[in-house]
Amino acid sequence: MRVALFATCFNDTMWPSTPRAVVTLLERLGCRVDFPRAQTCCGQMFTNTGYAAESVPLVRSFVDVFGEFDAVVVPSGSCTGSVREQHAGLARRAGDQGLERAVEQLTPRVHELSEFLVDVLGVVDVGAYFPHRVTYHPTCHSLRMIRVGDRPLRLLRAVRGIDLVELPSAEECCGFGGTFAMKNPDVSVAMGSDKARHVRETRAEVLVAGDNSCLAHVGGLLSRQRAGVRPLHLAEVLASTENAPFTPEGVR
Amino acid sequence: MSRTFVGMPTFPVAAREAVADTQLRRNLGHATATIRARRTAAVGEVDDWEALRVKGAQAKDRVLADLDTYLLQLEARLTEAGATVHWARDAAEANAIVVAIAKDRIADDPTPEVVKVKSMATQEIGLNEALEAAGIHAWETDLAELIVQLGDDLPSHILVPAIHRNRAEVREIFRREMVTVGRPAPDDLTDEPARLAEAARLHLREKFLRAKVAVSGANFAVAETGTLVVVESEGNGRMCLTLPDTLISVVGIEKLIPTWEDLAVFMELLPRSSTGERMNPYTSMWTGVTSTDGRPDGPQDVHVVLVDNGRTTVLADVVGRHALRCIRCSACLNVCPVYERVGGHAYGSVYPGPIGAVLGPQLRGRQGALEQSLPYASTLCGACFDACPVRIEIPELLVHLRTKVVDDHRGGVPTPEAAARKAGAFTFTKASRLEKAQRAATAAGRLLGRRTHLTRLPWPLSAWSEARDAPAPPTENFRQWWARTRAGDAGDERGPQGEGQ
Amino acid sequence: MTVQGGVPDTSEARAAILERVRAALSAKGTHYPRTDSPEGRPSDIPAPAGTTHAVTELFVERVEDYRATVVRCPSTGLGAALAAALGEASSVVVPAGFGTDVPGQLLRERDVADVHAVEGIDAVVTTAALAIAETGTIVLDHGPGQGRRGLSLLPDLHVCVVRADQVVLTVPEAVTALRPSVMAGRPLTWVSGPSATSDIELDRVEGVHGPRTLCVVLVE
Repeated sequence: MRVALFATCFNDTMWPSTPRAVVTLLERLGCRVDFPRAQTCCGQMFTNTGYAAESVPLVRSFVDVFGEFDAVVVPSGSCTGSVREQHAGLARRAGDQGLERAVEQLTPRVHELSEFLVDVLGVVDVGAYFPHRVTYHPTCHSLRMIRVGDRPLRLLRAVRGIDLVELPSAEECCGFGGTFAMKNPDVSVAMGSDKARHVRETRAEVLVAGDNSCLAHVGGLLSRQRAGVRPLHLAEVLASTENAPFTPEGVR
Repeated sequence: MSRTFVGMPTFPVAAREAVADTQLRRNLGHATATIRARRTAAVGEVDDWEALRVKGAQAKDRVLADLDTYLLQLEARLTEAGATVHWARDAAEANAIVVAIAKDRIADDPTPEVVKVKSMATQEIGLNEALEAAGIHAWETDLAELIVQLGDDLPSHILVPAIHRNRAEVREIFRREMVTVGRPAPDDLTDEPARLAEAARLHLREKFLRAKVAVSGANFAVAETGTLVVVESEGNGRMCLTLPDTLISVVGIEKLIPTWEDLAVFMELLPRSSTGERMNPYTSMWTGVTSTDGRPDGPQDVHVVLVDNGRTTVLADVVGRHALRCIRCSACLNVCPVYERVGGHAYGSVYPGPIGAVLGPQLRGRQGALEQSLPYASTLCGACFDACPVRIEIPELLVHLRTKVVDDHRGGVPTPEAAARKAGAFTFTKASRLEKAQRAATAAGRLLGRRTHLTRLPWPLSAWSEARDAPAPPTENFRQWWARTRAGDAGDERGPQGEGQ
Repeated sequence: MTVQGGVPDTSEARAAILERVRAALSAKGTHYPRTDSPEGRPSDIPAPAGTTHAVTELFVERVEDYRATVVRCPSTGLGAALAAALGEASSVVVPAGFGTDVPGQLLRERDVADVHAVEGIDAVVTTAALAIAETGTIVLDHGPGQGRRGLSLLPDLHVCVVRADQVVLTVPEAVTALRPSVMAGRPLTWVSGPSATSDIELDRVEGVHGPRTLCVVLVE
């Protein structure tokens, strides 16, 4: 099986430790991972701010870059959602039937990390070790756009040494919302503050999620409060083992 | 009600004030949490809720796909049943029709007045103000509407328009204002909800018994039978629909459902979604002029005003038209994290919350700054779609409307945002361009040395850093790490094209 | 718009709206409808069995959930049950066609033709067209024994007599059964508990404008 990593532009540029963790994890599970260097961005930040026309070349590029792979793994619920739920509509809107067909053929092979592990590889215990108190925030797009369900939690529960605590009001949005964080900063921060308060109530040391963008928002608030909570992507927890405990470099 | 939504600021400006209002935040947080829990329980009881949602959506889609036919069918059934059907292209026409009918019936009364059942359509068209201008008092009889009207306030929720008020505020409004328009509040009125409801009962009873004309909306209009349906809780609806001589119902043309049997689906969907009850206390269904066993029962002078007011414009947009499925249950408001913190007023119309953000700019057009800001008043978290009993894809509609807002501005001088997006799209279209931009980021990361967080960013990024630390860029991005550690791997074979331009 | 005899002429608007609708429906465009749904939450309330007994038990439970009272009696005990349900009510109105003798001081529907005459009466006794178990609802189609609509609205106590064989399980069953009433032009009133409001802080309060007390007499 030819597995490609779609790192996503944000992770590639700002949080490289996440796609590195995905490579470590998947190789440990016996996958051969490719990183096609022609990849750029899924276009979500354009699509969701109303720049549909600007997204179309990115849809085309995505299909060109990933079309031949058996599986595309994405460490982001939001970017997975952008590809699976929006690319076909963008192609159709542009009146490009060939592109629309290409998108429809590719999207079933695009998986968010936890989906790939549980559904494609069929593993729940990935052999991780992470002796910390952790709480998990299900990001909106992973929960309500691509419906990952409890897959991330099943993966986390199987991690040795973990002290996994439930996050109050977990399913409520953190207030990031992409451009929303900038266009409506007051509401965004009001929502994020409530999320950060719930995180602190758990007394967790680590806040885990499947999207670094949401983690940057809540993590940025927690950092400003000097709350002593480290935001960490799911991949980084799952990549960590007794022999090679994961040491994060970038901080959100 | 003399206050209107005209001239409201854009959503972010209004929202800034709202999130700083601690009383409002507390009232809203408490109310929405209560009603969310109730809805979850009521919906959880239904085995095939998801199948029911699909049925509801399909019934509405059937009506919309043949709306002209169904409208004519409804008109024919109503006319056969003795009602008079009127048509109004816009708010002004609808108001003129209601005013003309009401004036003819009550103009000579010493105090011309109508009683009203809570109705979104009449609020949308500003009927109370139009009646007032014609010298006719319109008394709102729903408890929450009464609170809003007496408090010279604006509604902030579809179902519970006074959701932003707590019991202490309601008591003050009743004590101060009831005396100015009728029976005063009892001297010993407390802030217990039961006592406040009692005060409303006493205050309104004399109006119900006196009024000759009632105005209502309709939750549903069954095309097949000509039956109108009003779903309510307090009994004020039954009073208005039964006691006066004349009944004028103002009905949006999207309120139709095809057949009598379709009504069953909505009688299951609506109460559980809106108040979180298995069934609301009272539902009235009537077909034109009614009699029971040959004797008149209820108003014998029955009018139905079918209102367009922008709905056909919405219908002409094949994506946007899904918003016309809305049955005004307000489930999307109650689950919306933005609504919960901001309340209804910031949405600048009688339709607040997620559905208001998609209906408002469609019904009223996208010319105003407020309307242009509404599609962005959401994180696209998707809670609204999951709660919607007729499966309106609100997040998709918001994105669709954002695209329209952006497209409206194409061709002129680009906004700074549009220029940035264009530049961004250019960068992302080729990996080589992206790599160049990324090198600037890692260079900045190296300059920042050991700093992991940035606490102050220049405009426009200051909108972020005002309350949130930002991550410092890493000194090596993923692409560089891959090239350094995996050079010669298969992935490199598919390197970026256009290198070295 | 011209107004004649208090009736506006809106035929021009009618033609315009129908034209706009037809034009709108000819619009081109595409949409990808979503097919996904949130994960179902398992119901912790078992689906009721379809036996008559289970249906009536469920009906009683659901009516009582609304803080309405249920009095159960055999058909021979209806008089006594009504006396119990009416309690202290000093004036009681009974609709035309109500078949059972009601104890106490009675007013007939014809005695109270005017709403002002109904206002001030303590209680009303009616029958129903049918009842719905799942939602604890009684439905009046205002046929014989049920009275015109205002009659069961203004008194503060509504006593409604329902036979066990009138109780259906679900809302769709009820809607189907009510079709003949609607086709005959009868109005319908669905009643689920006493009048109520949650308009103040979402705190449910029983009793606003409709009868503040609902008593269902279930004849088994």
